[in-house]
Amino acid sequence: MGWSYQNTRMFGIFLFFNQYPFRSAILVIMTVKSQAASFYDLEGTLVSTNLVHTLGFYAKRQQGLLGTLKKSVGTLAKLPMFGITDLYSRNVFNEYFFQSYKGESLDRLRYFSDELFEEVLKPAIFEGTPDLIAKSKKLGHIQVVVTGALDFSVKPLCDYLGIDVYAANRLEFVNGYATGRLLPPVMASATKAKWIREYAEREDINLSNSYSYSDSISDLAMLSIVGHPVAVNPDFRLKQTAMQHDWAILDLK
Amino acid sequence: MALELRRKTHESIVYIDRDSAPRIMPKGEDFILEDLPIGTRVIYPNPPIKGLPNREAAIRYAVNNPIDSKPLYAQLEPGMKVTIAMDDISLPLPPMATPDLRQTMLEVVLDMCHANGVDDVHLIIANSLHRKMTEWEMKRMVGSTIHKAFYPDRYYNHDAEDDLGLVALGETRHGEPLRINRRCAESDLVIYLNINLVPMDGGHKSVAVGLCDYESLRAHHEPQTIIDSDSYMYPPDSALNHKVHRLGKLVDEHMNVFHVETALNNKMFADGYDILTKNEDEFSFADRMKWEAMRRTFSKLPRKARRKLLHEIPAQYEMIACFAGETEKVHEKILERNYEQYVIPVKGQCDILITGIPDISPYNVYSALNPLLVQVMALGYHFNMYKGKPLLKKDGVMIVTHPCFDEFDHNFHPSYIEFFHRLLPESRDAFYLREKYEREFAENPAYIEMYRRGNAYHGAHPFFMWYWGENGRQHVGKVIAAGAENAHVPDILGWDRADNLTEAIAMARSYKGRNAEITMLHQPIIGLAEVTD
Repeated sequence: MGWSYQNTRMFGIFLFFNQYPFRSAILVIMTVKSQAASFYDLEGTLVSTNLVHTLGFYAKRQQGLLGTLKKSVGTLAKLPMFGITDLYSRNVFNEYFFQSYKGESLDRLRYFSDELFEEVLKPAIFEGTPDLIAKSKKLGHIQVVVTGALDFSVKPLCDYLGIDVYAANRLEFVNGYATGRLLPPVMASATKAKWIREYAEREDINLSNSYSYSDSISDLAMLSIVGHPVAVNPDFRLKQTAMQHDWAILDLK
Repeated sequence: MALELRRKTHESIVYIDRDSAPRIMPKGEDFILEDLPIGTRVIYPNPPIKGLPNREAAIRYAVNNPIDSKPLYAQLEPGMKVTIAMDDISLPLPPMATPDLRQTMLEVVLDMCHANGVDDVHLIIANSLHRKMTEWEMKRMVGSTIHKAFYPDRYYNHDAEDDLGLVALGETRHGEPLRINRRCAESDLVIYLNINLVPMDGGHKSVAVGLCDYESLRAHHEPQTIIDSDSYMYPPDSALNHKVHRLGKLVDEHMNVFHVETALNNKMFADGYDILTKNEDEFSFADRMKWEAMRRTFSKLPRKARRKLLHEIPAQYEMIACFAGETEKVHEKILERNYEQYVIPVKGQCDILITGIPDISPYNVYSALNPLLVQVMALGYHFNMYKGKPLLKKDGVMIVTHPCFDEFDHNFHPSYIEFFHRLLPESRDAFYLREKYEREFAENPAYIEMYRRGNAYHGAHPFFMWYWGENGRQHVGKVIAAGAENAHVPDILGWDRADNLTEAIAMARSYKGRNAEITMLHQPIIGLAEVTD
């Protein structure tokens, strides 16, 4: 986006020098960032689904009945481990979780992404989500989703919700097949905050005037770097933290 | 001196003498017993006027014999669209014992609608930018039968942020805009059911304020209007009332409103708690036992339990009048009855005004009285309860008793927290805050959705609470928070603090002199001081 006149409030200050021979006035133009953005976590915040729903969707759409059965049972068996690793660390969870995509073809993932949106994600949009985004847009905020979900699943949803920008995780593909690893930067915890800081710097966004929305304590960093953090449908730990810090607590369900 | 002090100028006014009993004062969720200086004038609420013996019959009579309007039954036709709007939980205070008066009014009106073949009826709570009522509160207010029949599709809260659910009626000749609830505006008939607890309520305020949006409200909920209101509890001298009156005219041009207003007496407490409004010099042995029992019980309970206990005690208000018909005429009649109940003639202003802050306000039903609400009760409500001239002299000292705890309800008052901790330390100037921050809060998407989907006050509401105290702030020379448990809350509010009432009085006297006239409002009191020289 770069620098733009509309995004920046300009202040003109005349400095007067009255001592001869320097009697003159100099106009100094100061610029202050005034553009704000709303940064949203996605899953659990704007939609009720999580990463496992997406994985489950693809597991059910394997080639052949046996492949579908094998993948579905495998996914179900891993559920407890997903929970444990997520409790321990979001980064460890990511490493473990995205291994499940190993061997999936890029074509297949993209082919089913519209179906994924229609069947899984669209019905899972919280009732209050469109209103929240509409009110935020009315203020002229840039709408940004920063999520740990995969890019091909996020795009149709962002298009539908009218989100301008999204930063999502990307699978690594070799010869058109997923390796089970994520390409850096891996969107999780502090990385989200780092991405937001860099994005704000690049796009002249004033973080003090910006909003962050998340449902999880793992996004504490992302919430902490903006002037208006909002805990949305928060988990227990985030709710406690939000109350301690007097952050707004919102229920979009 | 003593004999002279014992004189009674009015049954609600008592002067403290050498052998007078100490007085009971509220201090947040607690009550304290305090000795007051000799000569202190104590103002009690007037004795309650006896309630009407059959309120249902009185309501039925009022709607069948309205003022300047056709009887309700004559206005109802099969197939018409009717909306019944009513006051929210901020009235009366504390919430009254069930059946709530609104339930009785609704039973009468809905019966009539049904008998006349009107089926398209919606019930809307005119909460304006107040928090939406919870389902439990809504059920309690109208009774389970009506709740079951109408909730949630035809019994709901007004939503001041639902663009599709609002419609612009236009502007007054002074340029004040009015956007109002669409269902009401498009109804063939709006029936408003009002409970008038204080003279500021009712009249055109019911529809023009209770069912409007933020832009409409900010035209009159602003500091200058409040400063120009002397006071806003006495409508003829209230600039706020004049503006609302103009908006009401606009409502009358576009809508057919049938107004049902009721006046209540001031019987706030049941027999067990009636000692709180009684002259302590006249306490019987039983009264003293009641006080001891209450004091000991409260001293054993933590603050939250005391709060819960107080909020569980329903008020015993009785209806003393009901009129129906044309809004202004009806309101005039109700105000007459309000004044009859509330006006207390007081001779002379005072230099020091003492007022305890009880845990009762329109904005903290079932939640904590946060510091901003303590402020609005002191400089807003308690200061403004006068007719003619303020009870306190210009630059006088106001002493309030409250712990001033730094506690906010995250569900009900989220924007209050930011207002108090972020904005007030920057400035206490109401005009500056309005210009710089009001719209930011009003348009904050998170606050809007918390108001719409949860039970939060609107993002702009804390500003209104601050403006509400503006004429008090401009008039009062100093406010001292007696018994404040911390220093920072009074400091943020711009108040002094004292450990207790004795110290606060000494501080006030050092400011106003040893001969300063002291008056105490015996809280909780609903009374309007008519001050003469």
